[in-house]
Amino acid sequence: MADLSAIKRKGITRRRFMGDVLKTACGVGLFGLGLGLYANRASSLPATFIRPPGALPEEDFNGACIRCGLCVRDCPYDILYLGEVGQNIPTGTPYFIARKGACEMCEDIPCVAACPTNALDHALTDINEARMGLAVLVDHETCIAFLGLRCEVCYQICPIKDEAISLERQHNARSGKHAIFIPTVHSDRCTGCGKCEEACILEEAAIKVLPQHLAKGELGKHYRLGWEEKEAAGGSLVTPDVEHRYNLPEGMRYDYYGEGLIQEGAEETPFPSNPLDTLNKGGGL
Amino acid sequence: MKVTRREFIKSQAAVVAAAAAGVTLPASTTAIAQSGDEGLRWDKAPCRFCGTGCSVLVGVKDGRIVASQGDPDAPVNRGLNCIKGYFLPKIMYGKDRLTQPLLRKKNGKFDKNGQFEPVSWDEAFDVMAEKWKAAIARSMEENKGKPVEKMTSRVAMFGSGQWTVWEGYAASKFMKAGLRSNNLDPNARHCMASAVGAFIRAFGIDEPMGCYDDLEHADVFVLWGSNMAEMHPILWSRLTDTRLTKPGCEVHVLSTYEHRCFELADNPIIFKPQTDLAILNFIANYIIQNKAYNREFIEKHVQFQKATTDIGYGLRPEDPRERRAKNRGVGKKHPSSFEEFAKQVAPYTLDYVSELSGVPKKKLLRLAKVYADPRKKVSSYWTMGFNQHTRGVWVNGNLYNVHLLMGKISEPGNSPFSLTGQPSACGTAREVGTFAHRLPADLVVKKKAHRDFAEKIWKLPEGTIPAKPGYHAVLMHRMMKDGKLNTYWQLCNNNMQAAANMNEESYPGWRNPEVFVTVSDPYPTVSAQAADLILPTAMWTEKEGAYGNAERRTQFWRQQVAAPGESKSDLWQIMEFSKRFKMEEVWPEELLAKKPEYRGKTLYEVLFENGQVNRFPYEGQITDDRGNVYENHESEHFGFYVQKGLFEEYRLFNSAPDRIKKGHEMAEFQAYHRARGLRWPVIDGKETLWRFREGYDPHVAAFNPNVEKGDVYFYGNHKSNGGRANIIFAPYEPPAESPDREYDLWLCTGRVLEHWHSGSMTRRVPELHRAMPEATVYMNKRDARKRHLRDGQIARISTRRGTILARVETRGRNRPPRGLVFIPWFDASRLVNKLTLDATDPLSKETDYKKCACKVVKA
Amino acid sequence: MAMNAFPGKEAVEKKGWFRAHQWLIARRISQLGILGLFLLGPLAGIWIVKGNLSGSMTLDVLPLTDPFLLLQSMLSGNLPVLSGALGALIVILFYGLVGGRVFCSWVCPVNLVTDLAAWLRRRFDLRSSAVLSRSLRYWLLGLVLSFPLVTGVIAWEYLNPVSMLHRGLFFGMGAGWVIIAAVFFFDLLLVKQGWCGRLCPMGAFYGLLGSGALVRVKAANRDRCDDCMDCFAVCPEPQVIKPALKGAEQCIGPVILDINCTNCGRCIDVCAEEVFQFGSRLYNQRGLPKPCGKTNEAVSTVRK
Repeated sequence: MADLSAIKRKGITRRRFMGDVLKTACGVGLFGLGLGLYANRASSLPATFIRPPGALPEEDFNGACIRCGLCVRDCPYDILYLGEVGQNIPTGTPYFIARKGACEMCEDIPCVAACPTNALDHALTDINEARMGLAVLVDHETCIAFLGLRCEVCYQICPIKDEAISLERQHNARSGKHAIFIPTVHSDRCTGCGKCEEACILEEAAIKVLPQHLAKGELGKHYRLGWEEKEAAGGSLVTPDVEHRYNLPEGMRYDYYGEGLIQEGAEETPFPSNPLDTLNKGGGL
Repeated sequence: MKVTRREFIKSQAAVVAAAAAGVTLPASTTAIAQSGDEGLRWDKAPCRFCGTGCSVLVGVKDGRIVASQGDPDAPVNRGLNCIKGYFLPKIMYGKDRLTQPLLRKKNGKFDKNGQFEPVSWDEAFDVMAEKWKAAIARSMEENKGKPVEKMTSRVAMFGSGQWTVWEGYAASKFMKAGLRSNNLDPNARHCMASAVGAFIRAFGIDEPMGCYDDLEHADVFVLWGSNMAEMHPILWSRLTDTRLTKPGCEVHVLSTYEHRCFELADNPIIFKPQTDLAILNFIANYIIQNKAYNREFIEKHVQFQKATTDIGYGLRPEDPRERRAKNRGVGKKHPSSFEEFAKQVAPYTLDYVSELSGVPKKKLLRLAKVYADPRKKVSSYWTMGFNQHTRGVWVNGNLYNVHLLMGKISEPGNSPFSLTGQPSACGTAREVGTFAHRLPADLVVKKKAHRDFAEKIWKLPEGTIPAKPGYHAVLMHRMMKDGKLNTYWQLCNNNMQAAANMNEESYPGWRNPEVFVTVSDPYPTVSAQAADLILPTAMWTEKEGAYGNAERRTQFWRQQVAAPGESKSDLWQIMEFSKRFKMEEVWPEELLAKKPEYRGKTLYEVLFENGQVNRFPYEGQITDDRGNVYENHESEHFGFYVQKGLFEEYRLFNSAPDRIKKGHEMAEFQAYHRARGLRWPVIDGKETLWRFREGYDPHVAAFNPNVEKGDVYFYGNHKSNGGRANIIFAPYEPPAESPDREYDLWLCTGRVLEHWHSGSMTRRVPELHRAMPEATVYMNKRDARKRHLRDGQIARISTRRGTILARVETRGRNRPPRGLVFIPWFDASRLVNKLTLDATDPLSKETDYKKCACKVVKA
Repeated sequence: MAMNAFPGKEAVEKKGWFRAHQWLIARRISQLGILGLFLLGPLAGIWIVKGNLSGSMTLDVLPLTDPFLLLQSMLSGNLPVLSGALGALIVILFYGLVGGRVFCSWVCPVNLVTDLAAWLRRRFDLRSSAVLSRSLRYWLLGLVLSFPLVTGVIAWEYLNPVSMLHRGLFFGMGAGWVIIAAVFFFDLLLVKQGWCGRLCPMGAFYGLLGSGALVRVKAANRDRCDDCMDCFAVCPEPQVIKPALKGAEQCIGPVILDINCTNCGRCIDVCAEEVFQFGSRLYNQRGLPKPCGKTNEAVSTVRK
């Protein structure tokens, strides 16, 4: 026994005492190393496990969450679970799986209100500002909207309809006369609630909520989008272009910034642009 | 044990919950999977949902549909489908398919308040025939000595725009000729009746003059009360494609709330309910004031009339609103003139209409200008916003007025086009005469010549068909409640959930002890729950069928698989049931005396073994041109090619040389099995794309040999006014019920993309259920806030007729303006028709599901 | 020391079964009652208490937070919100008053597991035990607290059988049973009183929390002790008894002041001579023989 008082009482030598302390320290140290390695592995969050709204970044969350499950209890839609031992998620921490039950984005965010530690950040007061993940239409080959079918279930079910997911219209060259409505996620508005993934009617969802770092690409740090910069600056960043003049045959115009070569009068019709001018003259009557 | 309304609703909710609980792919549905395509037999079939009429290919293996695809060769959809079409095969394999007849019994005997127990078809038909015969005997007693114009009947059948063509035809013949009852009405009464009324009033002939190709030819699209994006998804993608690819194309969307189509709208317009009447009159006024109208067209092709006004709201006669109405239910039109019409629309000024409708003047002007611009081809589309309207016929007509003033009609791109909600609202409900006032091919029971013609084809003695129109859908429920209708057979729809004012009319009517209700359905629907006898029904490709879509395209399919258990098609049920009646039991002696050879025969023999229907032998199987072999259950059972026989007899109405009404000609039976549908009139094997215009429609020259090249002739009115279309003035009149202090919100009901109608099929597809699990109440955020309601909270929605609970949705697909809420009706656990008012258009008898007053409070 | 395989036999004979088990019964009621309260929600939908021992909310007004976990959370650099902090404060005050390790014997669900192991050990006279210091828990406590500080992760929660069992019962155990079984067999076969008495850093933390606790067991009638050793046999921390029971001569007071006494009251139950009683730490002075004065403090305070 390395009990201090026992040492005193039994008069064990200092050497023995020091040895015991070192042994204990070594043992505890080794245990700590093991725990650390295990914790490090167990701290990784699989991509399909989504934290509740307001969750701190994963590394901070793992430190802040006390695994009390109050968020789970206060979720009115019972979509949250706590990680269990053996699952690929820090034990006792809350998550949901979008495909099984997505976040309904309650306006009063009861899960955050329930959190005693700010692991779910109480600074989140507008659920639309939550960033639980980012929906990505991962499979363009099976998404039936991409194929021209009229699905749009993900678009319809999106709580921030038209902003987080919009439908981009394209011509369906195959059918020749139908439009294709492509669901397009906008990362600046998507909260990662997962309603789209939950509702996707495919056997395996073509749209999935992924952690932001997996979902987002990043533009080269050096590169700017010229048109956006120009708009932000309210004009060209350098000296504006000079006026161009051209050698052109009679009746031709050249629009440098737009349509290129234009035949004068080709677009003209015998009617004034305002139909009322035609109509009020009596028309054909 | 009396089933109370509360128990009924509760048990219904349980059924739905149970169905919903199995959302994780029940065993029966998982079989629909890619299991290797070897050995699949592919064949075509039209989608059985909306009126678009997309074609699909179904892959059958081992007696099961295991695969499907959009038909790449179909001109309508070119291989595409909407979300419902994508899941078509799954609707047949819900785990709670009904497979045997079920009768309410107590102590081994039928009892109106008993529990459902399985019975044999024999027992089912025995009990049913007993009830029907008793009711028929009463009717015969009451009709003694009455002329056909006064005949009434105590039996009724409620059919469907989802029936196959021959099912509708057989039903029409069975009821109107066999049982001498005009109490046959389809659910299309809730859907298309106003459009029909307006077609007949304006053009003397039913159904649109244009076709879907207008979607590529128009410069401007105007949607009037149609959420085409959700309800006609494939047509919407065609419209959108034109908008995308055609320079200068614009889209105007009008509705009482913002819906999915507004996303594409160049001119989005939200108007106050009912003011569409006024907006259209404003456009007419604008056209006239600016002298933009097409004088030549008007002079040659238009006749002016005016409608009788103050016609009531189709409510029960004792309702004070009906008492106040001066001309209750009067549809008579009065002669008018261009000048009078101009004077009548003159009060509909920009200022007045903008004020009345709540639409900014700028938007109204923009809309009026596209109609008034002679260079712009305008196609107008509408669905239930126009049709389910207490002035539905008027508002349809007011739109025709605008098109006719400009002559923008019957040519590519210029088309007022009524979209249908059901796969065969046109082909079945309308064309074969399943309405209470109609006979096949646009004939009507009121006209003696028409009855005579039908009786001749059907080989019946003169005076068989009653001349008085039967009870329409809404009236049937009232008559059941009042005990004046004693048997009711509903097939292929779900009217308990679909009909308005369930609490006050439908449910008390169905559960009236004096009434015996039979429901034929593949699934235990709300209607089935309220029935006395349930007959299990074969659906879609479990039978050979034909549908007619909104652009007059008739499409056929073969039976692909056998129906489960003892399920039988509606056609089998009607024909087999007719065997139960001896002629003496349904016809009075004086009628039989005119055809003594019918004595002692069964109704089946007279109607279906008449040497006409049974003239095509059945060779034991159906073989297609690729050598594939199909079964045909009905033909097997009855011993002749039933579908062909019925269709060819039906063709005598629309294609025989002595036909009364020209313009509905169809090709012979086999042609349709080869084609991806043909658009009638089919003349010499050629389809008609645009009707009433020389060059496109051979009838024009046939009726009017002097017609100029490319000119129009509205031959539906050939006899009545020399081929002119009618511009009929109809004013704005207020709706039957408007919000007041207590019930302070408009309630509008409708559908969603993911579910078909009452959801009895699509809610059994787990994926669709997951995509749209429940009906929510869509409301304006400020209205919700005012009532302390947040998104997702349960609200109690009440009208004078009932209350339901639903979750609040303020950010969803439908964004109502303040003062209006929208609730879809697909959800059997939230029966919105407990709230709606059974006010109808007095002319079309179609219910206005879009307008009544409600209040919403926190539950 | 010759231990009785059935300690308390004499007490049962003398005082009757109930009085010889009354604190045990009270403790089981407390342990199971708390579990029951938490289970009412998930099982019956009656939400009196939500959450688990790490953090809970009672009747939507009373927050309780495990200060041990909250400390780890704070060491990882995160500040709690008001309810969390308040909850911890309430817990600290409570256990500060009634004894920190009251948590272990009256609340902690693992106690049921380790008590069972201890009972089986006595019942089947399993004596073999590896040597493990009772102070190891303080090493572990240090280690556990250093984790969030250094790595920002509450690493202990990946293993902690206490929260795992309690949480698992209401939120799903997963493979957590393996760890609980490990604790059980560790106690049963490897080390006597191994988990609660030597390793559990949470117990160590709560022990320290209650170092000044008012409620204590006292050997009020220590003069009556007949050296039957039953109290030592049942005590989960037997080293805490001796000073109070046998310290009269060294002027050590009759109150058990060792922070590792869990106030389980088992010694009171099993003592046929009714030597032990619950009492206040203030009794210590009064209960001393006169000549000893204040020296007792120095001897019997916290040992680490």
